[in-house]
Amino acid sequence: MAKEMIKGNVAVAEAAVRAGLVSYFGYPITPQTELLEYLSARMPELGRAFVQAESELGAINMVYGAACTGLRTMSSSSSPGVSLMTEGISYIYGTEVPAVLVDVMRGGPGLGNISPSQADYTQVVHGGGHGEYHLIVLAPASVQEAIDLTAEAFDLAEKYRTVAVILMDGFLGQMMEPAVLPPFKPVNMESPDYAVAPKEGREKRFLSSINIDAPAQERLNIHQMRKWEEITRNEVRYEGYFLDDAEYVVVGFGTCGRIALTAVREAREKGIKIGLLRPVSLSPYPTEILDKLAERAKGFLVVEMNNGQMLEDVVSVVARRAPVHFYGRMGGMVPYPDEISQAIDEMIESDAGPELDGRAKWLKHMRETIGQGA
Amino acid sequence: MTDTDVKVVYKRPIGLTDITTHYCPGCTHGVAHRLIAEVLEEMGELRNTIGVAPVGCAVFAYNYFDFDFVEAAHGRAPAMATGIKRTLPDRLVFTYQGDGDLASMGMGETVAAAARGEQISIFFINNTNYGMTGGQMAPTTLPGQKTSSSPLGRDVETQGYPIRTAEMLATLDGASFVVRRSLHDARSIRNAKRAIRTAFEVQRAGLGFSMVELLSICPTNWGLNAPKSREWLKDHMLPYYPVGDFKVSEEAERVMKEVR
Repeated sequence: MAKEMIKGNVAVAEAAVRAGLVSYFGYPITPQTELLEYLSARMPELGRAFVQAESELGAINMVYGAACTGLRTMSSSSSPGVSLMTEGISYIYGTEVPAVLVDVMRGGPGLGNISPSQADYTQVVHGGGHGEYHLIVLAPASVQEAIDLTAEAFDLAEKYRTVAVILMDGFLGQMMEPAVLPPFKPVNMESPDYAVAPKEGREKRFLSSINIDAPAQERLNIHQMRKWEEITRNEVRYEGYFLDDAEYVVVGFGTCGRIALTAVREAREKGIKIGLLRPVSLSPYPTEILDKLAERAKGFLVVEMNNGQMLEDVVSVVARRAPVHFYGRMGGMVPYPDEISQAIDEMIESDAGPELDGRAKWLKHMRETIGQGA
Repeated sequence: MTDTDVKVVYKRPIGLTDITTHYCPGCTHGVAHRLIAEVLEEMGELRNTIGVAPVGCAVFAYNYFDFDFVEAAHGRAPAMATGIKRTLPDRLVFTYQGDGDLASMGMGETVAAAARGEQISIFFINNTNYGMTGGQMAPTTLPGQKTSSSPLGRDVETQGYPIRTAEMLATLDGASFVVRRSLHDARSIRNAKRAIRTAFEVQRAGLGFSMVELLSICPTNWGLNAPKSREWLKDHMLPYYPVGDFKVSEEAERVMKEVR
């Protein structure tokens, strides 16, 4: 298949169609809207279901209903909309039916703005809704990777009967770059045996997240935790760059990981032994490779478009074996490679020990430079 | 006595499971459940129907109906039903919701489903209070009516006015069949059954959104026994919530005549 110039949001939409998407339910919100717009024409053209819902609450509960039929369904939104969807996500997880959600993150909190951000890492990776649950969260760094991970998200959601999230940012959603779309998968209209899709001659089925009997709820919680252990064992994904002999390691995901790669390459050209770990599955997190790197690395630099949310996960794995530095931009600001290069230089020059509070050091720097008066 | 003298005139419909419900004595949920089960049996649709249960007294409805069911989040049943119906358009899909679920938490989802002309049926139990949580004020609580969260009687100056859901939804072009019936006496119940049948027939014919509001009693939270509750419904609810056909599209009218 030939490469074509394609916008991130549209690429994810078409990738979902080719993965056999049966129904889509969404609500317009920038910077995700092209995904909904594209499918508003594409899905009816193929005789598949599309509804522009009355709200994100409506959209995610339509997804919940469609997921109960076991046929491929998804929604997409951006940060404030995903906040509204967290109720439904908890229910879908609790009912153990498969669904895919795309979150094209923007600056916050509150209404914030429509610029690219990674400020919802904690919300999506570590919960957000009520009760205890773990979603599968995949973070692409290019349009091509977004296409590939979309197909994978449907497979994983079905395999584990859970919710898989494509977590990207407005930069990736709005960017056009060359990519290859996969061939069409056949659409499966045969509901699996746990789903509600009544027919003559079979027993009634019901699907619900209710467990009024506390011991039964606890057994379900145990079952879901066991399932999460299995996902953690099988589904970790990451990309490593120049890690083999790396003395210093930059950690960044999505767009920020991609920008960091430019800075890491420049540092390599200067002869610095530095590598990049780019987590692709943010949940489950690539803990094992990070743990191995912490055995020998002299320092880590976490870069994010937020105030250091993934930083906390890195700090917990590194466990004071090396200093963990941090550089982040917030509020819809995207770092230039130069800023990361400077943060790399500062890490190498730094005499900080493993007890370093990377976030405090970064915040001081931010207040003294761009945040004057804050 | 010969065999021909023996005739079963009353039995449990096959659409209901043979278990004891958790509903309070005298409650009309049982009547509404039975009517739905009878209609689906008569239509031959029991193995082609998916019900969506609400949060409220009917939260366990899926235990009592003997066909496929899902359980929605509070108020979101019409959205969930939409997702199911759009995915499996050849099945009958209905929601069963109370007044807190539908007219308070889920009014947005309800209005939007009606406006879209969503091919689903809603059975809306209006008993003027939140039954499950212990009788708090609902959007349907009458002016002056005492509940556990309007202990001095609903004061419309500070607590607003009741919502006439059927009349409101009837203003929407997407709504094909929107009526109100009551469950307080045998004649009303027979009329309610015809309305439920019509709603399902409207859906089966693909004629758009249908809703049947069913005036119901709540003896426990009203503090009245069942006969007195039925009287209270007649004396207080019927004047505010008149039984009637608020929206019957031309196509739905043809269906309605056949059901009669």
